[in-house]
Amino acid sequence: MSASNAPGAVRRALPKKSEGEQRGPRSPKRLLVYFLLSLGLLVMSAPFLWMAVSAFKTTGELSASPPVWIPTEWTLENFRKLLDKLNLPLYFMNSVIVALLVTVSNLVFCSMLGYALAKLYFVGRNKIFGLVLGALMVPGNLMLLPLFVLMSKLQLIDSYAGLVLPFAAGAFGVFLMRQFMQSIPDELLEAARMDGAGEWYIFWRIVMPLVKPALATLSIFTFLGSWNNFVWPLIATNDPDKYTLPVALATFATDPNKAGGSNGMLMAGAFLVVLPVLVLFIALQRHFTQGIATAGMK
Amino acid sequence: MSTTTGKAAQPAKVTAGPGASRSPAAGPGNHEGRRGRKKTSMGVQNAAGWLFSTPFLVIFTVFMAFPILATLLMSFTDFGLRNVTRPLDANFIGFENYVNLFGDERFLKSLFNTAYFVVIGVPLTIALGLVVAVLLNNGIDKARTFFRVGFYAPVVTTIVAVAVVWRFVLDPSDGLIAGVLSEVGLTSPDFLGSETLAMPSMIAMAVWRNVGTVMVLFIAGLQAIPTEVREAARLDGAGAWQEFRGITVPLLRPTLLYATVITTIGYLNVFEEPFVMTQGGPSDSTLTVSLNMYREGFNFFHMGYASAMAYVLFVVIMGITVLQLRLLKDNTK
Repeated sequence: MSASNAPGAVRRALPKKSEGEQRGPRSPKRLLVYFLLSLGLLVMSAPFLWMAVSAFKTTGELSASPPVWIPTEWTLENFRKLLDKLNLPLYFMNSVIVALLVTVSNLVFCSMLGYALAKLYFVGRNKIFGLVLGALMVPGNLMLLPLFVLMSKLQLIDSYAGLVLPFAAGAFGVFLMRQFMQSIPDELLEAARMDGAGEWYIFWRIVMPLVKPALATLSIFTFLGSWNNFVWPLIATNDPDKYTLPVALATFATDPNKAGGSNGMLMAGAFLVVLPVLVLFIALQRHFTQGIATAGMK
Repeated sequence: MSTTTGKAAQPAKVTAGPGASRSPAAGPGNHEGRRGRKKTSMGVQNAAGWLFSTPFLVIFTVFMAFPILATLLMSFTDFGLRNVTRPLDANFIGFENYVNLFGDERFLKSLFNTAYFVVIGVPLTIALGLVVAVLLNNGIDKARTFFRVGFYAPVVTTIVAVAVVWRFVLDPSDGLIAGVLSEVGLTSPDFLGSETLAMPSMIAMAVWRNVGTVMVLFIAGLQAIPTEVREAARLDGAGAWQEFRGITVPLLRPTLLYATVITTIGYLNVFEEPFVMTQGGPSDSTLTVSLNMYREGFNFFHMGYASAMAYVLFVVIMGITVLQLRLLKDNTK
């Protein structure tokens, strides 16, 4: 499926014949490979399965020792109790709004600089590209403390702006967009320039439609990055009404007075946080693995 | 501003820049070399180039460059809670924070814990990622996507939620592992409550979560190895293991290097796992540098001190990255 779009697909198609002869579909070697991979997959999915099953267990079954593997009666009790105690729809909306704003601003700003770095020949271009590469390597921890002070000064603590602005244009996005935009032939842009098109028109009407696959990859990565982000929202919000989903869940999970003992509620919470991400990932998995491979080939 | 020489020199340099030739987007379809030049477009391109760069540069300067510099300045001050409203009132105290750090047993312990996490976690993650990638690349065609999605799924999930789940998985009385152990008649140790087991448990979770990233990198690397090379080796009578050792591993060096560096950087910054699972306990046995920094900075508001920690961690990360780049590159030939 997705393999057909990967860069190596053509090359991989070649050896099939000889490999097929050496290792038939039912050869013991191949069975061993399948067995090992299935075992690995079981280990990988066990925590998710455990979470999904436990979220629907009754209190009695949750604390049973040895544990009950499959609940005898599936209950929504844990979800009900959780939603009573924790305003999840609000945190969900906060996360969605922040992630959408971060994604849109990254798409626009990173594409703009990506276009400039790939297609515009201007003085200082190489210095800016060096800056982008440098920014890729700096750990986020280095910025947290002054960023908090800055946001306090700007009165942006507990605001969407405070959550969005530090992530409004990431170096990864610039790098990705530049890589893709380099493949657009200069002749195309020159032709448009001859016809009197301005740079903005060329960027917006010609280049952007041509890099839609890259924009898709960047949106997914940025959206999920923001959705899963924890440290900055933890610092930049004091008012529980402004918490994002992970901050709300972590605060709930680490407070012994709230959910400390109730694994049922916590599994229900984790289930609700993880499920949309997993569904999104499975639906769009092609873009993920390609994006990783592209970004990885530095 | 614009000079003809500068313009002529730049495109060539950028084409040769990192990644340009290996990206699927660039490569053979790149027309960089034969652009028709028109003098009139020069000034326009200069102006446009800077206009297109401005939004990123503004955000970068205000929310990244400035804070990075400010952290450095803060690390030489006694920046505390009162300075959040009046930053300029902080007192310059020279290297005192840095000197204090190295007499601070908690900090040294957090440094040790972080090193422990990296030294055990990175090789495990890389090795398992490589194994899965090689298995997936050998004789599995139909189910490849299925397995790849399965192994990569933990990477994309929200780490806080996953840490909450793992806390329960590791629960000694009613957790998943306790259940499996009791099926074979064993009692589960108190993983997160034990000073010796808490960190290994966290490493297990990190490996579980990050194997997928490494796997995807290695799959891309494996697919870039020309099949002719493998064929030739096989014709010469190389077995699977010889082929792996003699061809796959050497040709995967660049991927190995990249995967090791990014995994190490990620693990050196480990924060969410101990924050959610143990809060650094028991007895600081899972207190990492990042968690320590967060606590000093945002719980106790010793922000100058925490800034010094951030820079020590940064220097460690830079040092290790440079060292890894050098070591692994030298081994290539």
